[in-house]
Amino acid sequence: MSSSLDTVSNITPSRTEVERSPSRIAPIWTKLRGLVLAILFPIAMLIIWHLLTYGRKYSLIPSPTDVALSLYDLAFGGINDDAYSQSLMTHLLASVSRVYGGFAIAAIAAVPLGLMIGRIPLIRSLLDPTLQIMRPVPVTAWLPLSMIMFGLGPRSAFFLVCLGAFYPILVNTIFGVRSVDPRLFEAASMLGCQGPAQFFRVVLPASLPAIFTGLRLGLGFAWVVIVVGEMTGVQTGLGAIIMEARQLSRTEIIISGMIIIGVAGFLSDRMVMWLGKSLLRWSPNFV
Amino acid sequence: MSKAPIPIIDIRNVSKQFEMQGQRIDALRDANLRINKGEFVCLIGASGCGKSTLLRIVAGFETPTRGDALMWDVPIPGPGPQRGMVFQDYGLFPWLTVRGNIAFGPKSRGRSTAEVRDTVERFISLVGLQKFADAYPHQLSGGMKQRVAIARVLANDAEVVLMDEPFGALDAMTRDRLQDELLDIWQRTGLTVLFVTHSIEEAIFLADRIVVMSPGPGRIDSEMEISLPRPRDVVASDFNDIRRELSLRLHSHHGRKAA
Repeated sequence: MSSSLDTVSNITPSRTEVERSPSRIAPIWTKLRGLVLAILFPIAMLIIWHLLTYGRKYSLIPSPTDVALSLYDLAFGGINDDAYSQSLMTHLLASVSRVYGGFAIAAIAAVPLGLMIGRIPLIRSLLDPTLQIMRPVPVTAWLPLSMIMFGLGPRSAFFLVCLGAFYPILVNTIFGVRSVDPRLFEAASMLGCQGPAQFFRVVLPASLPAIFTGLRLGLGFAWVVIVVGEMTGVQTGLGAIIMEARQLSRTEIIISGMIIIGVAGFLSDRMVMWLGKSLLRWSPNFV
Repeated sequence: MSKAPIPIIDIRNVSKQFEMQGQRIDALRDANLRINKGEFVCLIGASGCGKSTLLRIVAGFETPTRGDALMWDVPIPGPGPQRGMVFQDYGLFPWLTVRGNIAFGPKSRGRSTAEVRDTVERFISLVGLQKFADAYPHQLSGGMKQRVAIARVLANDAEVVLMDEPFGALDAMTRDRLQDELLDIWQRTGLTVLFVTHSIEEAIFLADRIVVMSPGPGRIDSEMEISLPRPRDVVASDFNDIRRELSLRLHSHHGRKAA
């Protein structure tokens, strides 16, 4: 018996190694190629942008150079020396804290709620219809009501960001719980794990990949709604300076703010992805 | 097998009806079957003959509409560790390693950590997966997954192992090897095995006794003791005689003559 098993054990790993080994340079080039291709498009856009705005003194849209200078001034100061100089960290930190704070509250509320809605029919019948009707209401529509309920300022911003992150987490958690392979419940119960114990030993681990996808989408939405969230009269934050710069017609500040939100959102998504890959090594979807 | 048979599973006049699109379907009608301790019994039949239903009733996943399903003379209350099930689609927990999957049962039953560790190592080597102890199911081949599924049931002290076409999704060579390994484990442990298959050859190769089932409504048609000495030679003439006889019995239900 052991000899036959040894052959089986040897076949699978060596086969994959053969497939991987043809060249060691190939993966490096593949990575580089991806990078080159990814940069090509934005460079082309920058050139077009530059050509369209270059030398027009009174253009409403600033040139890429102006935006770059404004970004530098926002970060380090020393160019314009106005209210925006060297204020990047303050605004970035304010927005990051709102995004992650709102996201954390949303996750703490949405994951357990989603688990219960997915698992307990009574709670599903009780809450699901209402939530399904509230879900399509855009965050922007909540803005006036939120300012009445939570007042002008950061609490409203938190609420709106939280709302934006809430539904993707909830919907994916419910989906994850409901799509657990029924076979796994049978397997668990014939192995002696029955009733409520299945919740932590089967339902939760089995739905983690879907929950994780929900968290990733939720964090993305939190960044998307941060500008709306900071329309609530807060003084700091990337959304706040965009809204303020709009009133002052400082378009280069607006574009700088947009770029920073894009980059910050991208990096935070990468972080979540990396976390998912290391926590969910078992799932073929995350490898 | 020479000792007096001790019945472990007793199926008495069991019928099972399902409701499907408002229609009642007789999945199983008046089945009677007694399985002795240490016996290897194969259920064979065309699809719709109720062989999986019967297996699932013994597992405790389904309850009979009429009749009694008993283990040690006590009605089967529901799924439990004494009757371990090996599914065709493995049913492994994808988030657990080979080790974790095998430890699942003993842990659920509150065994101590040291005890669980010993049990796991013992059954990992029984099925020859030492090198893959820390691999996740998606990294394993079908044959290896099925070895894990068998090991986790044995590690949980199952007295009866229920197998629902366990090798049906495997390639022919892996299937042959796993049949040998299963017989080897069965002979060493004295387990009772109830094995569903639609392969005549597999049934003759493995079983002490073959239960032939027929569809529409699902019922037990006949039984056949297989007394060929093991290891059995699938091309021997007496093997072929049994194959022909079983083939006749199976095909008679389709109103078709066996070749």
